Amino acid sequence: MFLTFITFLPIIGALFLAFFPKENEGAIKQTALAIAAADFLLSLFLWTNFDNSTHKMQFELNISWIESWGINYHIGLDGISLLLYVMTTFLTMICVIASWDVKKHIREYMMAMLALSTGMLGVFISLDLFLFYVFWEFQLVPMYIIVGVWGGPRRIYAAVKFFIYTAVGSLLMLVAIIWIYFHVKETTGVATADILFITDNISAPLDAQKWLWMAFFLAFAIKVPMFPFHTWLPDAHVEAPTAGSVILAGVLLKMGTYGFLRFNLPFFPQASYDFMPFIAWLSIIGIVYGALVSMVQEDLKKLVAYSSVSHLGFVMLGIFALNEYGIQGALIQNINHGISTGALFLLVGVIYDRRHTRLIKEFGGLSKQMPVYAVCFMIVALSSIGLPGMNGFVGEFLILLGIFQVSGLWAACATSGVILAACYILWMFQRVMFLELNNPKNMKLKDLNVRELITVVPLLVLIFWIGLYPKPFMKTFDASVNHLVSRVSPDNFRPTKDHQEGGGHNASLMTKTELAKLSQRLQKTSHN
Amino acid sequence: MIEEYLIVEPINAPESIDLIALAPVLVLSVFAMGVLVLDLWVGKNKTLLMFISLVGLLMTAISAFAKHPLPAFAFTDSYIVDHLSIFFICIFTLSSALTILLSFEYNERKGIKAGEYYALILLCTVGMIILASSTDMIMIFLGIEIVSICLYVLAGFRRDDPVSNEAALKYFLLGAFATGFLLYGMALIYGSTGSTNLFKIAGFIKTEGTQSNPLILMGIVFLVIGFGFKVAAVPFHMWAPDVYHGSPTPVTAFMAVGPKAAAFAAFFRVFAEAIPDMSLSWEILLCIIAVLSMFVGNLGAIMQTNIKRMLAFSSISHAGYLLIAVIAKSSLAGSGLLFYMLAYAFTTFGAFGIVILLGKKEKENLELENYSGLAYKHPILALSMTVFLLSLGGLPPFAGFVAKFYIFSAAIEEGFVTLVVIAVLNSAISFYYYLKVVVFMYMKEPNSEFQISLTPMTLFVVIVGIIGTVELGIFPDPIIALTNLH
Repeated sequence: MFLTFITFLPIIGALFLAFFPKENEGAIKQTALAIAAADFLLSLFLWTNFDNSTHKMQFELNISWIESWGINYHIGLDGISLLLYVMTTFLTMICVIASWDVKKHIREYMMAMLALSTGMLGVFISLDLFLFYVFWEFQLVPMYIIVGVWGGPRRIYAAVKFFIYTAVGSLLMLVAIIWIYFHVKETTGVATADILFITDNISAPLDAQKWLWMAFFLAFAIKVPMFPFHTWLPDAHVEAPTAGSVILAGVLLKMGTYGFLRFNLPFFPQASYDFMPFIAWLSIIGIVYGALVSMVQEDLKKLVAYSSVSHLGFVMLGIFALNEYGIQGALIQNINHGISTGALFLLVGVIYDRRHTRLIKEFGGLSKQMPVYAVCFMIVALSSIGLPGMNGFVGEFLILLGIFQVSGLWAACATSGVILAACYILWMFQRVMFLELNNPKNMKLKDLNVRELITVVPLLVLIFWIGLYPKPFMKTFDASVNHLVSRVSPDNFRPTKDHQEGGGHNASLMTKTELAKLSQRLQKTSHN
Repeated sequence: MIEEYLIVEPINAPESIDLIALAPVLVLSVFAMGVLVLDLWVGKNKTLLMFISLVGLLMTAISAFAKHPLPAFAFTDSYIVDHLSIFFICIFTLSSALTILLSFEYNERKGIKAGEYYALILLCTVGMIILASSTDMIMIFLGIEIVSICLYVLAGFRRDDPVSNEAALKYFLLGAFATGFLLYGMALIYGSTGSTNLFKIAGFIKTEGTQSNPLILMGIVFLVIGFGFKVAAVPFHMWAPDVYHGSPTPVTAFMAVGPKAAAFAAFFRVFAEAIPDMSLSWEILLCIIAVLSMFVGNLGAIMQTNIKRMLAFSSISHAGYLLIAVIAKSSLAGSGLLFYMLAYAFTTFGAFGIVILLGKKEKENLELENYSGLAYKHPILALSMTVFLLSLGGLPPFAGFVAKFYIFSAAIEEGFVTLVVIAVLNSAISFYYYLKVVVFMYMKEPNSEFQISLTPMTLFVVIVGIIGTVELGIFPDPIIALTNLH
C-alpha cells in the first residue's frame, strides 16, 4: 500500500492543484514542491527498508483488477527498479524547483509535471503486463503536453513526433503482450498477465521468441533511443523546456533500458543471446555516431541530446554483455546518465534563461563572468566524460569490463566513444567558458542564483558520491543482477556440448566465483 | 438442434406469440406512437415529449431483461433474446437517450420544433432492436429498413439548410442502392440453401458441404456490400463524411453509434452464426475491407479541418477495427464487439457533446481553428475533449484502450496477428489527427472569444461520457463480466 501511495501521490497532488486559483502562483509552486519533496522523502524510506540480500520483489501488492481476464494490480520493487524509482522522485523534485520561473500557465505546468511523475513511477513498479502498458502509454500524454505547450518554437512538431514515434513502438509491443498472454494461457492453463509468472513459465518456441523479442525491442529501442530509432530525441530535447529535457533524459530514456532488463532478457533469454551481436553493433554505432554528431552541433542542447544517444549506447552494450559486470555497469550508468545529463540540461537551461539562445558561438569566456557556473559545468562535463573519481567512470568502466569478457573488439570500439566524449564535451566547454569574453551581451550575465544552485548542487554531490563510494548504490541491485544473469545464462537453453563448441564469447565468460572475487576487488578499488 | 431444422417442415399454424420476449420492441413502439400522437396537443414546448421519450427508453431497457431463461425465441425462431441482443438493447437505449438529451437544446437553438423528431429516434431504436435480435434474413432486412428510413428523415431535419438536404438525399439514394444489394444477397442465399433462418442456413452449409457453391458465394459478396454500406466500411463509405457533416450534430452522434452498432450486431450474427463454415471465402474479403477502412479512415481524417468530418472519417476507421471482431467470429470477439460499442458510445457522445457546446446559434464553430486555446478559457472542457479523443485513439487508461485490447485479443487468439499489427499501426496514425485537436486546444493561442453557454442537458451528456470513458478504462471488470457471452 505504501508503494501505491507514493506512486499515486503526485497525481493526486495534481488534481488538488486544479482547485487552486490561477493567480495564486506562489501557492501553486509551493504546493507542487511540497508534494514532490514529500514523494522523494517517502521513496527514500523504500530505499532504507529495502532488503539487499534478495532478488525477490519487495513492497509487493497484488490485488485483482480485471478479474475476467486474470489481470491484477500487481506492483513491487526489486534491485533493478529501486534506484530508478528513487531517481524519478528525486528528479521530479529537482524539476519542480528548476521550473520556478516558468511564465505561462504555471498551474497546468505543475499539474502535468506531477501527473508525469506518477506515470513514470508506475512503469517501474508494474508487475503485470497490462498495468505496465497502461502506465507506459499514459506517461506520454503529460510529456507531450509539456513539450507541446511550454517548448521552443518547433514544439508542436517535436511533441507530435515524440508521441507518434513512441506510440508505434509500444503498440507493436501490445500485440506481443497479447500474444504472450494467450500463449501462457494455452501452455499453463492460467489466464494471467503477471510478469513474474510469465517469466517463470514462458516457453515460446525460438521462432516465436525472436518475433516477440523484436516487438519488445522496437518499443524499448525507440525509447532508449538506440540508433537508428533516435531521430525523435534531438527534436524533443531541443524543443522541451529545461525541466522537460531533464525528465526526458533522466527518466524516460531509462524506461527503455529498464524494459530490456525486465522483459527482453528474462522472457526471451535465448533470443537475447542470439541477438547479442546485433544489439552490440547497433550500440557501438550509436556510441560513435552520437559522439561524432555531438561534436558538430552548434546548439548546446542538441549537443547534449546527441551525447545521450552515445551514453545510452553504453548502457545497452552493458546490458547485452549479459554478464554481471555489464548489467551492473548498465544499471549504475543509468543513474549516472540521469544525474550528469540532467545536470547538463539544467545548466544549459540556466544560460538559455538569461540569453534566450543556446548557440555555442554566441558564448565564450563565460568563466570570467560566471565563475560558479563554470565550476559546476566543469564538474558535470567531466562526470559526463567519465573522469575517474566521478560517477561516469564507475559505470563506463564496469560496462567495458563486462563487454570485454564477451569480445575485445566490441570493447575497443566502445572505448573510442569515451575518447570522443572527451573531445566534444571539452571542446564545447572551451568554446563556451574560455576564449575571450567579447560578446557584449554576455558581459552582464549574472552567476547562478540560490534557486539554481539548489537544483544543481544535489546533483554534484551525487556525482562525487557515486564516483567515490558507489557501494550503497551497487549493493541494492547485486542480488537481482545475479539472478538475472543466471536466468539468461546459455546453460539454461543450450545443451552443454553445444555450449562448449559454441566457444567464441562463452569461453571467455568466467565462473561465478571468479566473478564474485573480481567484483569484490573492484568495489575495494572504488572505495579508495 | 441443427438436425431439427433440416427436416422440411410443413407450414404450421402460427404458434402463440411470446410477448415477453418481444417486450422491448412493443414497449418502445407504443411509446414512439404515443409521442407522435401527443405532439398534436403539446404545442410549441416539447419538454414533455422529451421526457416521455426518455421514460420510454428506460422502460425498454428494463423490459429487455424480462425474458428467462436465455436464449428465447419468438416469431417462429426469427427473433432471439440472448446476451448479445440484451446488451445491444442497452447500448441502443443509452445512445438514443443521450441523443435526445443532446438534441433538446440543439433543436431549440436551431429552431427545430417538430415533435416527430423524438418519435423518429424512438422508431429508429425499434428498428435497431429488431436488427440486433433477428436470426432471420427477413427480420434483418426489416430492421435495416426501419432504421434507414428514420435516418434518412433525421439526416435532413434541418430543412432550410442545403447541406442537410444534400446529406439526406445522398444518404437516401446510396442507402436504397445498398439495400438492394443486401436484399439480392439474401435472395441468392435463400435460393441456394432453402431458408432465410440463420441457423438453418448454417446447418445446410455444414451438412451439404457447399463451401464453393457460386450462388452462396455471390450472395455473401452482396451481403458484404450491403452491410459494408450500413457500417460505412471502405469502399462503401463515400456517403459518410457528407452525411455526418450535413446532419444535425446530435443525429451525427446518433448515426455514429446506434445504427452502426445495430448493423454490426446483424453483421456479426450473419457471418459468425449463419455462414461461419464459409469463412475461408469471406475472411479474406472482410480482411481487405477492414484494412482499407482503417487506412482510408485514418488517412482521410488527417486531411480534415472540420471536426465533424474528421469524426466521420474516424468512425470509418473504427468500422475497420470492429470488422476485426467479425472476422475473428469467436464468442470472445462477440464480447469484444459489445464492449467496444459501449465504450465507443460513451466516448463519441461525449465528444459530440463538446462539439455542440462550442456551437452558437448563428455559427456552428466546426472548424478545428475554433478550438484554438480552448484549454485556457475552459480547461475542464478541453480536458474532457482530450480524454474523449485519446480514448478514441485507444490510449490507456481510457475506455477505448480496453475496447481495442478486447478486440485485438480475440483476433490474436484466432491467429490474425498480421491483421492486428496493421490495426495497431493504424492506431498510431490515428493519434496524429486526434492529437491535432489537442494541439489546437492546448498549444495555440485563442483567436476569437469563446461564448460558451454551458447548457445543462448537453453538459450532462458530456459528464456521462466522461464517467463512462474513465470507468470503462480504469475499472472495466464489471462490464467485461457482463459482456461475457457464455
